[in-house]
Amino acid sequence: MTTVTPSAARAAAGPPGRPRTSSLAGRAGVFAVMALFALYTLIPVWWLLVTATKNSGYLFTTNGLWFSHFDLWTNIRDVFQEQDGIFARWLLNSALYSIGGAAVSTTLSAMAGYALAKYPFRGRDLTFNVILGAVLIPDVMFALPLYLMFSQVHLVNTYWAVFLPSVVSPFGVYLSRIYAGASVPDELIEAARLDGAGEARIFWRVAMPIMSPALVTIFLFQFVSIWNNYLLPLLMLNSDELQPVTVGLANWREGVNQGIPYNITITGAFLSVIPLIVAFLVLQRFWRSGLTAGSVK
Amino acid sequence: MATRTPGDALAHPIAGSAAKRVPGRGHTRSAVLFLAPFGLLFTAMLLAPIGYAVYQSFFRTRRSGLGLGPSTTVFAGFDNYVTALHDSRFMSSFLRVFTLGIVQVPVMLGLALLLALLLDSRGAVFKKFFRQIYFLPYALPGVIAAIMWSFLYAPSVSPFTAALRHIGLEVNFLSDDLVLASIGNMMTWAWTGFNMLIIYSALQAIPGELTEAAVMDGCSGWRVAWHVKIPAVRPALILTTVFSIIGTAQLFNEPAVLSQVAPTVSPTYTPILATQQSADINNYNYAATQSVILALLTFVLSFGFLKFTQRKGTFA
Repeated sequence: MTTVTPSAARAAAGPPGRPRTSSLAGRAGVFAVMALFALYTLIPVWWLLVTATKNSGYLFTTNGLWFSHFDLWTNIRDVFQEQDGIFARWLLNSALYSIGGAAVSTTLSAMAGYALAKYPFRGRDLTFNVILGAVLIPDVMFALPLYLMFSQVHLVNTYWAVFLPSVVSPFGVYLSRIYAGASVPDELIEAARLDGAGEARIFWRVAMPIMSPALVTIFLFQFVSIWNNYLLPLLMLNSDELQPVTVGLANWREGVNQGIPYNITITGAFLSVIPLIVAFLVLQRFWRSGLTAGSVK
Repeated sequence: MATRTPGDALAHPIAGSAAKRVPGRGHTRSAVLFLAPFGLLFTAMLLAPIGYAVYQSFFRTRRSGLGLGPSTTVFAGFDNYVTALHDSRFMSSFLRVFTLGIVQVPVMLGLALLLALLLDSRGAVFKKFFRQIYFLPYALPGVIAAIMWSFLYAPSVSPFTAALRHIGLEVNFLSDDLVLASIGNMMTWAWTGFNMLIIYSALQAIPGELTEAAVMDGCSGWRVAWHVKIPAVRPALILTTVFSIIGTAQLFNEPAVLSQVAPTVSPTYTPILATQQSADINNYNYAATQSVILALLTFVLSFGFLKFTQRKGTFA
């Protein structure tokens, strides 16, 4: 945790009366605070990286924040061999839930958002407000009763139990509506109509390409939120083979007392984080544009 | 903590849906067709469960004999609610999470605001680098982060415990006194950067002339921040607070993982854990009641906060 004195913050934006320059001390103060918080953020991740390279035995005897005996490859092999190689299955499940769920939810959100932005009809505002209201209701409110409902129609413990709830994204509809309203010109739609294009064709061929930056953002947010989901699959799935990697690893963590080695869980956690960090770094500008659209107006 | 989706629900209306034409019958039909797939799933996956939970909360399963005979479901009125309100473990889970939120949310958002202001200031260097670092925890799934911290807190492997022991301090992060603060630290670590980015985006949207005028008038950087920048990012602060209230109320991942390793984290440590425990022991009506109460309280708190901030002061 960082603390900051008022003087450091004052220095941060430069001394009074000299708007164009800021003092060296001020810059140093700003840098110190920012670096301190960066350390706070990085140390746990650094520990995860370092520990993933260690054999179980060295975990207890060596400095947690520095490397010793580099056993990363052995650890990775052990992770993929534990329980007959179920870890690969978990990764595949996570990818399936996340990519499939995000793709479907993005498409549905785009259609709904476009309709709400471009077709005037009675009850439009009411529809939109109901969808928005859903953002304010805690997830558990849906997750538990959904479990009860799914168990009555025998959907519990199937891929569908996790997939179906994941494809509904009220936030996606919200973003689509804003973006369609602001970026798809009415004149363009009108012109396409005059050329004889049907409504579906206009949506797929005219509106969708224009909306694509917003759609990438929706896809990404939904992808991460499905990949990160824990409560829903935990409730819905019994069998190990259907679990996403989050639930699987949490089970391994619990199993440490029953003989699952520490290094398996830690290296597994490390491996499961890599795809998201890569996606996040590569597609970074889309995150920012999504957050900006959501907060600034 | 459950996932929070960004996007502002209530703070501002939608702009730019320019539709001047009178609705035609054909257009209404197209709109319905475009909305139908989402609408059906939305109804089935979000609206129906809410109704179902409320419905379930008014019933109770009664088992005949010694609990071995067939069970019957009977209407219970508000009995489940009365039971829940007298359930000391359920109620103390609320108090615990409330206490945590009252401390953790202001600390986290204060930090997020400070970091956003520093990143936005002229004196800052390596802005892009720091921004990426701060946002990094968002890329870690909540449960994975919780697993990581569960090791970082465990007395036998924690590098922090070892370092503190080196200077003569014996600290157990999972002890009764510290475990709530330890959970607060996990939440702060995970979400400060995310909130920082929302506030930072709002800061970037402030017109340059506004801050420059203030500086010309002789305002120091500190006063520009206080009198110009912070009021201008008020909507973003309200938004992040509402997200934080909802997120804190749903606290689950961190205590769920810690409960595997720390006896101090009971199976009813937070309202969601308590609810899930009821479901685990097949007391579905009671679980439904608990989730309705949790949803109502969360809604009252987050919506109440929105109303309170809208009434108080109309600037920004």
